[in-house]
Amino acid sequence: MNLPTALPTLLGTACLLPLLSFVVILFFGKYLGKHGKGASYVAAGAIIGAFALSAISLCGWVGQHPLVAVHHGGGAHHADAEQAWLPAVVATKLADANACSTSSPIRLANLSSEPAGSEHAAPQEAAPVNYNGDWYTLFEVGSLKLTIGYYIDALTVAMFAMVTLIASCIHIYAIGYMHDELHDVTDHEVALADGHHLHRPGRFPRFFQYLSLFCFSMLGLVISGNLLMTFVFWELVGICSYFLIGFYFERKSASNAANKAFIVNRVGDFGFIIGLMALFGAIGTFQFGDTVDDGGNTIARGIFSQLRPPENDYKLTLPDGMVLSSAGEQVAGIVNDHADMGGLTAAKSQIESQIPDWRKNGFGYGLLIVAGLGIFCGCVGKSAQFPLHVWLPDAMEGPTPVSALVHSATMVAAGVFFVGRCFPIFTQEVLLVIAYIGCITLFIAATIAMVAVDIKRVLAYSTVSQLGYMMLALGIGGWVAGLFHLFTHAFFKSLLFMCSGSVIHACHTNDMRKMGGLLKKMPYTGYTMLVGCLAIIGTGIPFVAGFSGYYSKDSIIAQALSFTNQNPVHRILFLAAAGGASMTAFYMFRLWFLTFIGKPRDHHVYDHAHESPPVMWAPLVLLAAFAFGIGWPLWGLTNMLEQARPAGTIETVTGAVVWPNVVHPSEYLSHEEAIHVPASLIAFGTALSGFLLAAVFYAWQWLNPAEVQQQFGKLHTFLWNKWYFDELYNAIIVQPVHFVARRVADFDKHVIDRFIDGCATAVRGLSTIDDAIDRLIVDGAVNLFARWMHSAGIAFRSLQTGSLRQYVMFIVVGMVAIFVLVSFFWNYAWAM
Amino acid sequence: MNLLAQPVGVAHYMVVGAVLFVCGAICMATKRNALGVLMGIELVLNGANINFIAFGSQFLRKDSQWSIGLDGQLIALFVIVLAAAEAAVTLAITLNFYNNHGTVDVDRADELKG
Repeated sequence: MNLPTALPTLLGTACLLPLLSFVVILFFGKYLGKHGKGASYVAAGAIIGAFALSAISLCGWVGQHPLVAVHHGGGAHHADAEQAWLPAVVATKLADANACSTSSPIRLANLSSEPAGSEHAAPQEAAPVNYNGDWYTLFEVGSLKLTIGYYIDALTVAMFAMVTLIASCIHIYAIGYMHDELHDVTDHEVALADGHHLHRPGRFPRFFQYLSLFCFSMLGLVISGNLLMTFVFWELVGICSYFLIGFYFERKSASNAANKAFIVNRVGDFGFIIGLMALFGAIGTFQFGDTVDDGGNTIARGIFSQLRPPENDYKLTLPDGMVLSSAGEQVAGIVNDHADMGGLTAAKSQIESQIPDWRKNGFGYGLLIVAGLGIFCGCVGKSAQFPLHVWLPDAMEGPTPVSALVHSATMVAAGVFFVGRCFPIFTQEVLLVIAYIGCITLFIAATIAMVAVDIKRVLAYSTVSQLGYMMLALGIGGWVAGLFHLFTHAFFKSLLFMCSGSVIHACHTNDMRKMGGLLKKMPYTGYTMLVGCLAIIGTGIPFVAGFSGYYSKDSIIAQALSFTNQNPVHRILFLAAAGGASMTAFYMFRLWFLTFIGKPRDHHVYDHAHESPPVMWAPLVLLAAFAFGIGWPLWGLTNMLEQARPAGTIETVTGAVVWPNVVHPSEYLSHEEAIHVPASLIAFGTALSGFLLAAVFYAWQWLNPAEVQQQFGKLHTFLWNKWYFDELYNAIIVQPVHFVARRVADFDKHVIDRFIDGCATAVRGLSTIDDAIDRLIVDGAVNLFARWMHSAGIAFRSLQTGSLRQYVMFIVVGMVAIFVLVSFFWNYAWAM
Repeated sequence: MNLLAQPVGVAHYMVVGAVLFVCGAICMATKRNALGVLMGIELVLNGANINFIAFGSQFLRKDSQWSIGLDGQLIALFVIVLAAAEAAVTLAITLNFYNNHGTVDVDRADELKG
């Protein structure tokens, strides 16, 4: 089959299937089976169908673009093996370069692994293989063209497979988890005014309806071919999360959490819109990829190739539009100098000749930074990065399958995915900001997770922290590392959430302090969760093999180390990443030990606990298998991601304007033994230390956590209160807003309302007078006339006697009277 | 001027017509029997007819050489026809009235008075 035509069809259908399911459940949800149980089958069927299509696409893609083994650092360099399939020229070049390999044959031909500053002529890279096009043009005015299109590269295909696979598992799991909603529900967390608990009908179909819409939005976001479409789906994902987090909207906490998620995301989206405007205003297109006609000629350049033009070796280059919009004064000056009509062409050519100079002088660079920061702002909101991370833990108020979906595959992943997608737009300054934001986030969230006692909140902060890792990796140039972690994290985090859901389902509490010793009662849940914990902390035998997290986390830490070696000033980024790994191990195993090991702390909970039904644990087992093995080099996930690596990011990048000393080292350098070996050892050591610490406290109980807690009382309170972020925001944003709102309300009440009331009173007075005039004079006149007419009628009435003879008399008398009158008064002049 | 001493002219006929007319009017004004009233109407009409005939007669007009002398007679014929039609209608009304009230007294026909 022809891949460029088949892929958009397959993936487009995969994207639309959940939408179809949404529509079906929306209209027929109530009639689908008993209590709407059929809705779950519709939704699950749709997403499994989407997965099937995604899997076919994945196979097609891999068939067309074979995955080439990237040798992973730490081992020997398998140059011989790689050369077997390489064209001779490339192989020689590779041998010369004596560095890492890449994935795509196209890429390899142009690969340079030489560090920056090398005297060699810079070889060219190539843009990643992608298929882009438009399904539907919304409208086209001049050069402005808004479309519904697709941009499919290896990242898109891989994301589709991952999202649909995890979503399928979650859908199946949710059939079991949400069974309470099949009949009427008494919500014990909602007390009514009369003291009773809320009793409401179940909302089973509605849950699956939202879930389907959510999947549709996420898939649409992944496949979108331009920023406008991305933004639309971005917001759709947001509204779906709002619905799902607020699923138990009768609970105050749930509706608050939904509002919080929505409002905090609005803050991020505000920045996003600014970024979009800066980008669109300057370069005039939303398309990611180039528009190519049938003959293979480029008609219009997309964002990526405008910012990283092939002519400039895919280096980040300011587009002319950005330079011009920033150098507006100079342009106006030149135009003024050539004010006469004939001078316009001269002015134009002079402006064009000036562009390189202006570009050299930094015109437009600020605009590019604004665009990058703006877009990253949106990602900060969606991916719950500092300082907008406060919504994600609260989002735990939604049902657990939602948490699993939101946290792993869809919404919060969207931010990281989008940073990866928009990577070519970011300047080094923006990347450094991203790295620092990620670093701060991962540290803060990890510290909070260490003291949290709500099982889902620990996982939520863990997500925030892991997202920080991904952002950090992207920010220091580890494009593949960051997105690789996105993929592995998706699997083990969805697994962990669903396990926690299973525990909550069994225990009816979120509080880990009431659990303990559940492993015997819930073996499937316990052991799959153990797999998840081992995966997230990156367990592995260094240099041999490990859980999937081992590979992704190692590559992040290796890149951080590589970055720190180049930029010793920024060593905090590496320290945070390494320390974060230790904290991750601590809080994850604290969670696991507290839940599954030791003596039961609450016998009521323990006695009640039971293993979940197969419909719930079967997806756990499947996901555990993936969490265990998805990161293995065998499957070539990183190789696949390599195929989508944005052009211009293979080489080491320098030359930032604002902070000129920043060096973003090539990601391949981190595969070097000199970096990878220490990185692996550090990662292993920190994870082990965290694990041992957790074991000392909670498994072997050599130390009493309560005592340590008392010793560090202030620190514990500080972390317990989540660094007082909510209070801080309350003090610096909410309270001032309330204050201003109160003042405004007072103004409204006392000035505007007064004025309006005064006007109303005046108008009322006027109308009373008007009413009196109407009633007395107009109505009076009319009534008087009517009375006259009435009495005249009454008077004339008696004339009609009905007596024939009288009438004849009247006629005769009348005639005689006329005759007499005429005889007396007739004047012949009247006849003339 | 003494009518009795004059040769017969229009004025004589008009006197007869006037007498007939007044008789008819009195008859209409005094009779309570509907048929009597009907007769009074005939008298009134005939009084008028005599005037028409007189004015239309060639023998009684000074401009007789210009006239073919049939206009008055034709109007009289119209009046007779109308009178016949009217008499038929009135008789029908009267019979219906009798059917409903058992009498033909016109004074009893005052149900529509104001």
